[in-house]
Amino acid sequence: MRGRVVLGLALLGLLALPLLLSPYRLLLMLPFMAYGVILLGLNLLFGYTGLVSFGHALFVGIGAYTGAFLTGHAGIRSLEVIVLVAAILGALAAAVVGLLCVRYVKIYFGMLTLAFGMVFYTFLLKFYRLTGGDEGMPVLRPRLLGLDLDAMPKTDYLVGPYYYYCLGVLIVAAAVMWRIVHSPFGLCLRTIRDNPAKAEALGVSVTRYRWYAFVISAVFAAVGGALLGPPTGNVDPTLAYWTHSGSLVFMALLGGFASFFGPVLGAFVFIFLQDAVMSVVPYWRLVFGAILAAIVIFAPAGLMGLFAGRRRPVEVSRT
Amino acid sequence: MTANVVNILMSGVFHAAILFLVSAGLQLVFGVQKIFNLACGSFYALGAYVGVSAVSAFVGAGGSPVLFILPLAVAGLAVGAVGLVVERGLLRFVYDRDETFQLLLTFALVLMMEDAIRLTWGTAPRSTAGYYLLYGQARLLGAVIPVYNLIVIAASVAIAAGLGYMLTRTAFGRIIRAAADNREMAEALGVDMRGVYARVFTLGTALGTLGGALVIPATAAMSEMGIELIVEAFAVVVIGGLGSMRGALVGALVVGVLRAVAISVYPEVEMLLIYLIVIAVLLLRPRGLFGGAAA
Repeated sequence: MRGRVVLGLALLGLLALPLLLSPYRLLLMLPFMAYGVILLGLNLLFGYTGLVSFGHALFVGIGAYTGAFLTGHAGIRSLEVIVLVAAILGALAAAVVGLLCVRYVKIYFGMLTLAFGMVFYTFLLKFYRLTGGDEGMPVLRPRLLGLDLDAMPKTDYLVGPYYYYCLGVLIVAAAVMWRIVHSPFGLCLRTIRDNPAKAEALGVSVTRYRWYAFVISAVFAAVGGALLGPPTGNVDPTLAYWTHSGSLVFMALLGGFASFFGPVLGAFVFIFLQDAVMSVVPYWRLVFGAILAAIVIFAPAGLMGLFAGRRRPVEVSRT
Repeated sequence: MTANVVNILMSGVFHAAILFLVSAGLQLVFGVQKIFNLACGSFYALGAYVGVSAVSAFVGAGGSPVLFILPLAVAGLAVGAVGLVVERGLLRFVYDRDETFQLLLTFALVLMMEDAIRLTWGTAPRSTAGYYLLYGQARLLGAVIPVYNLIVIAASVAIAAGLGYMLTRTAFGRIIRAAADNREMAEALGVDMRGVYARVFTLGTALGTLGGALVIPATAAMSEMGIELIVEAFAVVVIGGLGSMRGALVGALVVGVLRAVAISVYPEVEMLLIYLIVIAVLLLRPRGLFGGAAA
């Protein structure tokens, strides 16, 4: 009950924000919502299936570059088409990569995903004729629901229609993910996380379910990635770099990967805290590294764990 | 033609010599502590910057530039003491945690050290240019090779031999291998694991910082060098097999030489080729070429 009230208030707040916040803060909300979608997907893999990917930025990169290619080269400006194509490409890439990765767990899974992520990063960096190399590619302003909004000033477009569009995508993504994790399928994933041998004995095909989770999480990452491009108007290869994958896992841990909305909260705190720190000193990594270390050591359940007052202890010991 | 091939090979072996040092540190720590240390690249970068500062301080204090390799190596090894601080101050709190947390703690180190280096040495690349060719160049089958490269290669081979000797012939080496094999049993037999972990991590760190210091006359120190090297070191240990010292040696040679060949033949595929090999090895032989062996 308390959870629903909080969720309802959060939703109302998000809807009302464009009336309350300065454009500067609203512009920060855009990457938050994109990362929110990405983190919802990542947590299906991390929190619910127990697989830590250090290459998830690969799919974020695919989504982001899809937007750049479609608006720049193909003349397709509809954001619905961009999101759809990003989801399909993300799913296809994840289907292949996942087929190879889900046979492994723990550190081997992490390393293999990292290697695939770096393959894509190197491709983006080196084939500059196609991808623009380290300068990346521009993303033209997409049309929303068929509306041509080119006449609007850029900030008005971003804090108005684009804001609500991203919010809509985030809400839909959260609703879909909620259904997924509360379905029998989601239950199977948790069984696989807690006891793969038992899951297999009960007739759950462990590798196949892991593969499903991998593909679904990649689709969310690609969709979120597609939303990341338009606010900055540019995408570059660092989106696919391994440290970006690390930051995604960081966000999940920061918010608390044991809870459904924890990672989304993590993305929110990460984005706004990063902005706050960078306005004081340029060395945000130093501060964030210290925060990450403190969370790992003192609060492995993340912010959600602190709020919940350890109501539900998370399993953190070595199994 | 021959000269060209020798040139490429030797530059590959030089890179392999450096890579081996960092990867050996990574392997040692993983073999004994079961922690995959993402920060090994950051230690490498730290060693590089400290090396540059040590050499400038040495020459500035009137030391003969010809002897620059001494302060370089000493500083590279000494800054390995950071490992002790990291192990006692951070890592020891997470030994009984799931490996996800250990991995993320080393990632936290990566973030902190990158900025700590920027804070201390600034963002502009630092180098000791001018000393690289101080020892002259050697001719080998028509190719011209800096003597410094040969010194580093020899040092790396000597360190590899020393590590091999330590692991197989000394009491400490036996304890390390026992601890890598079965921590609880080693502890039950009276081994002080706290001390072993502290020493192993410090040794692993010192190998990384020394690698960074030794590379410095040949290239400039940059703040991104750490996060770039970690993916190469990672390729080395995957190809060689996690936790294996022989694997680190062979893996470093494979990655070092292949990288040199790719750079000169078809630069676009440089790292792409390495990653594809990593993926192939992981799929065909997930334990790597020498995996399964302790430490």
